[in-house]
Amino acid sequence: MGEDIKVSIRHLYKIFGSDPLAALQDVKAGMGKPELLEKRNHVLGLRDINVDMRAGEITVIMGLSGSGKSTLIRHLNRLIEPTAGEIEVDGEDVLAYNDEQLRKLRRERMSMVFQKFALLPHRTVLENAGLALATRGYGREEFESEANRWLDRVGLGGYGNHRPNQLSGGMQQRVGIARALTSNSEIMLMDEAFSALDPLIRTDMQDLLIELQKELHKTIVFITHDLDEALKLADHLVILNEGEVIQQDEPQQILLHPSDPYIEDFISDINRARVLRVRSVMEPNPNAEGASGDVEADDNLESVIAKAQGDTNASFRVMRDGKPVGVLNMKSLVRALVPTKASENGLRSTAA
Amino acid sequence: MASYDFVFDALGLRDWCDKDAAEGGGPMTMDQLLGQAAGGDGSAQTSIWDLPFPSLDALHDACNAMPQTRNVTKGLEEAFLGVKDSLKFILDPLTQPLSWMLEGALYGILNTPWYFVVPLLLVVVWAVSRSSKLVAFVAACILGMAFIDHYDYAMQTLSIIFVCAFLCVLFGVPIGIAMSRSDGMQRGTIPILDMLQTLPPFVYLIPLIFLFSVTEPKLYGIAIILYAIVPVIRLTDLGIRLVDKDVIEAADAFGMTERQKLFGVQVPLALPTIMAGVNQTIMMSLAMVVIASLVSAPGLGVLVLRGIRNLELGVGLVAGLGIVLLAVILDRVTKASLARINPEQSD
Ligand SMILES: Nc1ncnc2c1ncn2[C@@H]1O[C@H](COP(=O)(O)OP(=O)(O)OP(=O)(O)O)[C@@H](O)[C@H]1O
Ligand SMILES: [Mg+2]
Repeated sequence: MGEDIKVSIRHLYKIFGSDPLAALQDVKAGMGKPELLEKRNHVLGLRDINVDMRAGEITVIMGLSGSGKSTLIRHLNRLIEPTAGEIEVDGEDVLAYNDEQLRKLRRERMSMVFQKFALLPHRTVLENAGLALATRGYGREEFESEANRWLDRVGLGGYGNHRPNQLSGGMQQRVGIARALTSNSEIMLMDEAFSALDPLIRTDMQDLLIELQKELHKTIVFITHDLDEALKLADHLVILNEGEVIQQDEPQQILLHPSDPYIEDFISDINRARVLRVRSVMEPNPNAEGASGDVEADDNLESVIAKAQGDTNASFRVMRDGKPVGVLNMKSLVRALVPTKASENGLRSTAA
Repeated sequence: MASYDFVFDALGLRDWCDKDAAEGGGPMTMDQLLGQAAGGDGSAQTSIWDLPFPSLDALHDACNAMPQTRNVTKGLEEAFLGVKDSLKFILDPLTQPLSWMLEGALYGILNTPWYFVVPLLLVVVWAVSRSSKLVAFVAACILGMAFIDHYDYAMQTLSIIFVCAFLCVLFGVPIGIAMSRSDGMQRGTIPILDMLQTLPPFVYLIPLIFLFSVTEPKLYGIAIILYAIVPVIRLTDLGIRLVDKDVIEAADAFGMTERQKLFGVQVPLALPTIMAGVNQTIMMSLAMVVIASLVSAPGLGVLVLRGIRNLELGVGLVAGLGIVLLAVILDRVTKASLARINPEQSD
């Protein structure tokens, strides 16, 4: 897929307070978030963020509440101005944009989906979906077909004349997604878009997003505090804590090689068999001969365990696009199932 | 000897004080007169318990060069009279359209036959409220007042309220919008609004009487507008500031201009609050139009005033009842239209 970088963030700092530039010196000199708050009464929002987001991929930014996720995503369309740093979109310096260029960016190249939906309550679902086009100056007749197309696509055909508050939360967020899609922008920013929904609906929406992404290949920046959601959606996962990126990589790599005790803690509770893929655990070997059969590189380990029927001596030939790419033996599979931290000191496993 | 002689003596100001003592220190104040009537000369050395507050009058007793309190009121009056002409020169042409509007409205409503005016009013009520019950109630009230020959008075009162409330909205909403967009503007405006709202209604009339002649409609027009414009300004400001931050953020994120945001999002979402302000503005215009009959505002207030002046109890009470009916009508109609806006967006 596309190796070209769509959005690039370099050395981004954000400090909230009356004199952020002075506080920036302290932060660059190494002052931490609690100290900065105590000594200078400034809040450290983001510290030295460097992230590249590739075109056509879903970049998930994950972190706990207050880690600076919303602050970070709002820098991309400059709803928040940085204290220092660079932001490039398609190689252009967004921070150098004047009002007119910025508006154009927001209208045509980036759209946003919000945690609390943020639909306009006085407009119909159709008018909400067509908001981006209406804002660009198109009349209702002009945006109607486009808006209806995307409303249909997200499963809301026929609701065009309802008011948003006549719909359930899940349906409202579908309107939010239709609104972002109707704008036809290449980049979609989603700030905890599914966090306000209950679990079943949330799963539905995640599936919808994956399905849409298969066909649309947008550059999506998705924020979540939910690890399962992050692992399900992410092509590239950025983990944020206290305003700093503590690890970013492909999700599988983070699971297998967490760089930080904080992340180890974070990932110790998930169902690794379901999340880890064959390709991350196998030994690459194009001439592999599988004893117990073939598995796909993108299968998850759970399905392999089922196939092996618990036999730890089994080993499989790993196929991708019909060609052998490696070998997976059950011993390394089982080893991969044990979280790094738990294997070291058994902290979580004794607690559970 | 006055109580505060020692102050001026101590400060060595005695000479300055006595310079114009020859003139007798100006006319006596009421206190001095009372003091004389009580037998003393009012300036005998008194104990510390009787030490008066060092007010201007008390200080004047000790030192003739000090001004008396009545000089202050007099000075204020003269200052006002001094700027009056230039103020009038500016305000007169600016406010003249108000007189025309009021005269026009009064002339129009009284010279259109009742069988046009009453149905027209009912159509308006229907248009804003869509409630046949309310239309029937309004019809009963107006026809009832007409039946006891209060139609003209009631219509005069109504037309003054229409004109003034319309102007309040015309000026108040933009002022409120400006306030909501700038904290500085809000800080500057709120004290003025507080003052307008706390001044007793009669106080508005005092400077206005000096500025304009009592026969001009704009005199009471201005008084009513100043008094009634406050709620619509306040609630416009409040309504816009209370618009959901998330929705505003979404509007920004989709690249709306300030203008699109104001008229496409903020004002529509603030509309219920603004309408609540309009309702209050109308009610306050009604309160003021009655008081304004003191300065020749026509309408039911004139009858109330007659009731008070001539002790005509019945006239006053019936007119008062008419005012209550008008108040109920105006309140119900504006609330009904408010209720119609509300469910349309936030249910
Ligand atoms: N306008 C602001 N003024 C001061 N501090 C702020 C402001 N906005 C955010 N912060 C601070 O910046 C930090 C990051 O906030 P942010 O909203 O980005 O967190 P988040 O990761 O999105 O959390 P959540 O999951 O709760 O949405 C927090 O400590 C917050 O208090
Ligand atoms: Mg957030």
